[in-house]
Amino acid sequence: MSEEFKVEIVNPEKSFLVKDDVSEVVVPAFEGEMGILKDHISIISFLKPGIIKILSKSGDANYYVEDGIVEFKNNNLSILTSTIFNLADMDKSKLQDLLKQAEEEANKTDINDQSKYLADQKIEVLKTLN
Amino acid sequence: MASLDDLKKRIASVKSTQKITKAMKMVAAAKLRRAQESAEKGRPYSEKMNNVILNLSNGISDKENAPKLLSGTGQEKTHLCVVMTSDRGLCGGFNSNIIKKAKNYFAKILDEGKELKIITVGSKGNDQLKRVYGDKIIENISFKDSKNANYFDADKVGKIVIEKFEAGEFDVCTIFYNQFKNVITQIPQAQQIIPLDNEGEDSSSEESYEFEPDEDEILSNLLPKNISTQIFKAMLENSASEQGSRMSAMDNATRNAGEMVDKLTIEYNRSRQAAITKELIEIISGAESL
Repeated sequence: MSEEFKVEIVNPEKSFLVKDDVSEVVVPAFEGEMGILKDHISIISFLKPGIIKILSKSGDANYYVEDGIVEFKNNNLSILTSTIFNLADMDKSKLQDLLKQAEEEANKTDINDQSKYLADQKIEVLKTLN
Repeated sequence: MASLDDLKKRIASVKSTQKITKAMKMVAAAKLRRAQESAEKGRPYSEKMNNVILNLSNGISDKENAPKLLSGTGQEKTHLCVVMTSDRGLCGGFNSNIIKKAKNYFAKILDEGKELKIITVGSKGNDQLKRVYGDKIIENISFKDSKNANYFDADKVGKIVIEKFEAGEFDVCTIFYNQFKNVITQIPQAQQIIPLDNEGEDSSSEESYEFEPDEDEILSNLLPKNISTQIFKAMLENSASEQGSRMSAMDNATRNAGEMVDKLTIEYNRSRQAAITKELIEIISGAESL
C-alpha cells in the first residue's frame, strides 16, 4: 500500500497548491510542530507563523505561513491560509520586508497579548530564515 | 418631420454613442475574464472554510455555551443587512436586482415589527436606498480606490460587522449580493452569516475530530475569519456579476444603437428623396405653366 496522501493549500484568492503524492507534512500548529503521515486521525488545528514542510516523491518544498487552519480527514489534508510564500521564491529583500513589518507590529503598544505573541513568533521564524 | 440637418446630427450622435457602448463592452469583457477567474479560484477557500465550521459545529458537545457568532444571541429583534452593490453604474439590472431583493426583505422585516439596520457596500446601493431607508443606513462603505476585490477590503467590512455584533447592535446579519452563474444570468442572493445558517446542509459525517487546541478556542478564532471569508466571496461573485451584467447590457445597447442608426438612415434618405421630388415637381409645374 502506498504511503501517500493528498495535500491542498488554498488561500482566499486561489488554490495555492494541490499535491497527491505527499508522504509527510510538518505544520507549525499552535501548540507545537506537528507531523502528519498517512492515516492520521481526523484533526482540525490552527497554525502559527512558521514553516510548512512538505515531503513528497516529486521533491520537497518549504513554505512560510503566517496563519491558517489545517484540517485532515480521509487522507486529505487541507490547509487554509491567508498568507503563504514558497521559500524557494523568497529572496532576501522579501524576507527583510516581512521582518520589518513584524517588528513594527511587535513594537506597537496597543496590541493584545495574542497579537504580540504572533508577531514575536513571526520575527523568530523570519530571523532563522535569514 | 425633422429636417435633413437634424436627422444628420442625430445619426452622428447615435453613432458616437454606439462607439462608446462598444468600447465599454470590450472593457467589461476583458475585466469579466479576470473577475470570473478569481471568483472561481476563490470558491474552494470559502467552501473549505464552511465545511470545517460545519464539521466543528456538529462536533460541538455543549450547544448552550457555543460562541454567539455561531448560535446567535437567542433572539432576532434587530436585523443587520449588508447590501453589496457596485460603485459604477451602466451595468444593466445588476444593482437594481440586488436592491429589489433587499427591499423585499426589508419590507418583510419591518412588517414583523423588527428593527432594521443597513450597511451599504458600494455607492450605487447607497444612492438607491437612501431615499427610502435613509434613516436605517448606519454605515456606507465604498472601495472605489481598489481595482479588484481583495481580501483586505473584505476583512475591513468583516471587522465592522463583528464589532457591531459584539457591541450588541444586532442579532441577525444577512448579506445581499449577486451570485455569478454565467454572463447573462446573475442570481441575487440573501445569505445569512450571523448566526451561521447551516440548515439543509446537514453533513452526514459523524466522524469525530481531534481538536488542538479545544473546539471552543478554534471556533472563536475561526468564526470571525469565516465572516470575512464569506464577505470576500460575495465581493468576488459581485465583481464577476457586475462585469458580466455590464457586458450584456452594453452589448444590447450597441445593438439597439445600430438599429436606431439604420432606422434614422432610412428616414434621412426618404426625406432627402422627398425633397428632391418636391423640387422636381415645382420645376416641372413651373415650366408647364409657361
